[in-house]
Amino acid sequence: MANIFAFAEARGGELRKVALEIVAAARQAADATGGGEVHAMLVGAPGIGAKAPQLAAVGADLVIVVEHAALDRYSPEGFAATAAARIKAGGYRAAFFPASAQGKDLAPRVAAVLGVSLASDLTSFALAADALTGTHPTHTGKIITTIKLTGTPAVATVRPGAVRVTGQPRAGKVEAAAPAIDPSSARVVVKALRSSGEAKLDLGEAPVIVSGGRGLKEAANFKLVEDLAAAFGNGAVGATRAVTDDGWRDPSTQIGQTGRLVSPDLYVAVGISGAVQHLAGMRTSRVIVAINRDKDAPIFKLANYGIVGDLFEIVPVLIEAVKKARTGH
Amino acid sequence: MKIAVCIKRVPDMDIRFSIAPDGRSLNPGDLKYDISDFDGYAVEAALQFNEKQGPGEVVVVSLGPDGAQETIRKALGIGADRGVLLTCEDAPFDGAVTAGALAGELKDGGYDLILFGRAANDTGNQSVGPMTAQLLDLPCVTAVSKLEIAGGKGSAQRQLEGAIEEVEFPLPAVVTIDEGVARPRLASLKGIMAAKKKPLEVKPAQLGTAHLTIEKIELPPERPAGRIIGEGAAAVPELIRLLQDEAKVL
Repeated sequence: MANIFAFAEARGGELRKVALEIVAAARQAADATGGGEVHAMLVGAPGIGAKAPQLAAVGADLVIVVEHAALDRYSPEGFAATAAARIKAGGYRAAFFPASAQGKDLAPRVAAVLGVSLASDLTSFALAADALTGTHPTHTGKIITTIKLTGTPAVATVRPGAVRVTGQPRAGKVEAAAPAIDPSSARVVVKALRSSGEAKLDLGEAPVIVSGGRGLKEAANFKLVEDLAAAFGNGAVGATRAVTDDGWRDPSTQIGQTGRLVSPDLYVAVGISGAVQHLAGMRTSRVIVAINRDKDAPIFKLANYGIVGDLFEIVPVLIEAVKKARTGH
Repeated sequence: MKIAVCIKRVPDMDIRFSIAPDGRSLNPGDLKYDISDFDGYAVEAALQFNEKQGPGEVVVVSLGPDGAQETIRKALGIGADRGVLLTCEDAPFDGAVTAGALAGELKDGGYDLILFGRAANDTGNQSVGPMTAQLLDLPCVTAVSKLEIAGGKGSAQRQLEGAIEEVEFPLPAVVTIDEGVARPRLASLKGIMAAKKKPLEVKPAQLGTAHLTIEKIELPPERPAGRIIGEGAAAVPELIRLLQDEAKVL
């Protein structure tokens, strides 16, 4: 019976959604390999331990709370040393991290400290006694690769949204632990963390994304895209590389081969022709809507529903129609 | 500064891929190759640092088949000083194996800065940079969208989900480059000619045992063919109906 380690990511004293997902992932893995325990690690400033019950509710048998004033913000070296030391001491079969910005930074360091390989960004997985197998979109999403990771512990990152969180209440016993290194000795220091002022909902988490391209003609017209995203109630705003290169939108909102790779339930492309580099970032969206004046635009080859025409005429009508449809329920 | 930039030769992503009979690799006949996007940004960033801050050396290091010499020559063509190719049949999929081979090559190089792209276009594992740093016991910052180096110190920005992290670190260090730092310049004819004479050392890669392997690869499920449902604002009611009744996303 194997115990599983999960790294529960927090930011600003709050658990991130991926923290619950990763504990749920570890719960699945533990239950599939004989019902071992899930040990979730929670690192942060003093007081972060108050979040432990949320992790217990989704399947953590034990919450290892590491509180330290200097760990309020992320410390790559402090977090990596602390997680690696615990994974080593705990004799875990596997250790799961979210494939978030923080997890993608942290997990390779931890794997390297432990001298093991890393399975990255899994969209599904199965843990067995001898191997972890899973799927990982490669080649900018144009290929689905099934990987096999041997060795113990199996260290992996799991893509946000890949695991459904269900209530699986466990004891969630709390164990306090100290950082494995003095955090003030870390060479890499996060000096500040500030909101990027973009959409409240992150592109990786939003069920609906509305994106705009050059067809909007100027930066101010992105108001239409924002209003449409708001009309859906749960929409985030994305952009093409052409538009972020021109400084109309923050580079962090670029969707494409060199930007974010997203797969929301609904992707609405407004004034986007569909350059290959952009399609690479959104082709795995469940439903794609495109509004563009050029009926031959490549985006229409991908769009489940395309409307040809002037976006400045169509989008305002669509905004009102979406609002009405949502309140009509 | 003496800067190493680790680059990877990857298939051009614009191509329609097909799967080879072994079920684990792409049909090589389809493929064209180029430098991985973010690695190109890293090369450009290195060149700009040395152009601004006086003399230095930019060494391009790659791990891969002989064909990766071309990729290295491309970086030399835009201004890198010399190249090292660690040859093997195929670039390993297991980032730990790649990191081990690169760390062996880089460890006594006396580099002030070692740059990587944030992720390779093909594997997308995003693991080699930080693993290499760990093996070399160097400070490491990943996925930076802004990078400044001065007085033996670096400061960088990282894009998180809905937030920006500002990070400081001492040199020597390993940094992986994201969108936002630099876009590679185009090679001039003169640059391309000069690149042919620049040193490129080729030697066998020292590869450890892989524990991360590819079981199979598949094309993602085909999307249904695109469908234009109408023209102009008149098509909006039909779109709403489809989003509600067919797609069930509204």
